[in-house]
Amino acid sequence: MDLDSVYRAEYGRCVATLTRLLGDIGLAEEAVQDAFAVAIGKWAEAPPPNPGAWIVTTARNRAIDQLRRESTRETRHEQALLLHQPDEPEDVGPVRDDQLRMIFTCCHPALSPLARTALTLRLLGGLEVAEIARAYLVPEATVFQRIVRAKKKIRDAGIPYRVPAAAELPDRLTSVLTVLYLVFNEGYTSTSGELLRPDLCLEAVRLARALADLMPDEPEVIGLLALLLLTEARRPARVGPSGELVVLAEQDRSLWSQELIAEGHELVRRCLRRAQPGPYQLQAAINAVHTDGPATDWTQVLALYDQLLHHTPTPIVALNRAVAVAEVHGPAPALATIDELDLPGYHLLPATRADLLARLGRWADAVAAYDQAIALATNDTERTFLEARRARLAPDG
Amino acid sequence: MKQYLLAVQDDESAPPPSDEEMRAQLARTGEVTAEMQAAGSWVFVGGLLPSHATTVVRPGDGTITMTDGPFAETKEQLGGFWVIQCDDLDQALSWAEKCALACGNPIEVRPFNIIPAE
Repeated sequence: MDLDSVYRAEYGRCVATLTRLLGDIGLAEEAVQDAFAVAIGKWAEAPPPNPGAWIVTTARNRAIDQLRRESTRETRHEQALLLHQPDEPEDVGPVRDDQLRMIFTCCHPALSPLARTALTLRLLGGLEVAEIARAYLVPEATVFQRIVRAKKKIRDAGIPYRVPAAAELPDRLTSVLTVLYLVFNEGYTSTSGELLRPDLCLEAVRLARALADLMPDEPEVIGLLALLLLTEARRPARVGPSGELVVLAEQDRSLWSQELIAEGHELVRRCLRRAQPGPYQLQAAINAVHTDGPATDWTQVLALYDQLLHHTPTPIVALNRAVAVAEVHGPAPALATIDELDLPGYHLLPATRADLLARLGRWADAVAAYDQAIALATNDTERTFLEARRARLAPDG
Repeated sequence: MKQYLLAVQDDESAPPPSDEEMRAQLARTGEVTAEMQAAGSWVFVGGLLPSHATTVVRPGDGTITMTDGPFAETKEQLGGFWVIQCDDLDQALSWAEKCALACGNPIEVRPFNIIPAE
């Protein structure tokens, strides 16, 4: 048995259950790590049929022993009492609820956005601190500190370990969906260095699947999963043979994952039947149109962007909508819609402007806009892509 | 049960409210306090005079020095506070939302360091 893959698959689930039993994330993590250390010795001979349940039971027993030893010098009666409540970790119901509780605790709005992401990847994704640090190109000590501080705040401030009540759910769910979306995006377009970090994309998809499994009646949860699947499906075609960025129109569609596309389309249809559109569902629908048939139906995309802009009137949505406006009504009206946009430091605004200006034959303006975009781009692949675009401009009309 | 301080941040550089605004604000915060009392969450409430009336008493080398003014000379000062008791941060935050809306100022929510009773 491959202990590493068991660890990756079961760590988050086991910590979530032990957190409920022990009432403290730190104690739960210690106990689970302890149990995995025991497993190294025991499983070599005879691996258990249900490794996750074995880890939970072992971790709980070891935690009880340790708390009994410590209860003389420290008052941890409360936890010790909790441990004596009969609880069946093998039972599927409560275990699933534990993971849901953990997602909401990790993504609590009282924690900093960066801490939410790091905690989610550590406690739900089972990623090591070093892996998170590598993914975000920050020192390991920084991630470690962030996670330690967040866990301390959860304990000291009394952030509850439960799924929020119906009244609070919409707001709290938004925070959870944002974290998963950001994890995926960081993998899909890294803010620095290489373009793609597929491990983050896969982790976000896995967590979104888990969330959709736990909350199948929340349309935006289904919408987020569909959006991630339909974007992930195109990942193999997004980078060319020499690592260069390939835009949607020029992608080799035979490289797209038909399996993920089919799954995503089915989820989008489910959302349409439900008819409670939200920002993630609309973005998923846009991506469903992009992945439907041999070419994109831009009229349909524009109609969906109109709806999305109505729901989420942000400059980023307006900018993305402009691309669809250009396809349907031409570059001049598209340019007019983004003239007023204010997105300081965002390289895709001048990049989109440059593209539209080039299509209008305004070469000098296009070069200037590309220069601006290149100066703002933070990852190497995107910068190279923009430089190639700039070089392709016809020099004198 | 945990206890939380809900501290009202007051911007002393802003023009003072009119008497009428002041009365309306007091009526609103009074309602929140009454609601806390009815829910069994209320421990204490108090509004503070501005920081011009503050004195700091500081120990050092076995003596005491007194200085005029608050700890830090910033425009944001403690304007008043509630002390509440509730089960967890989510409950404290929902009270803080009501307090913030009632007084129109930011609220800092801070848990007390409770020493376990014997």
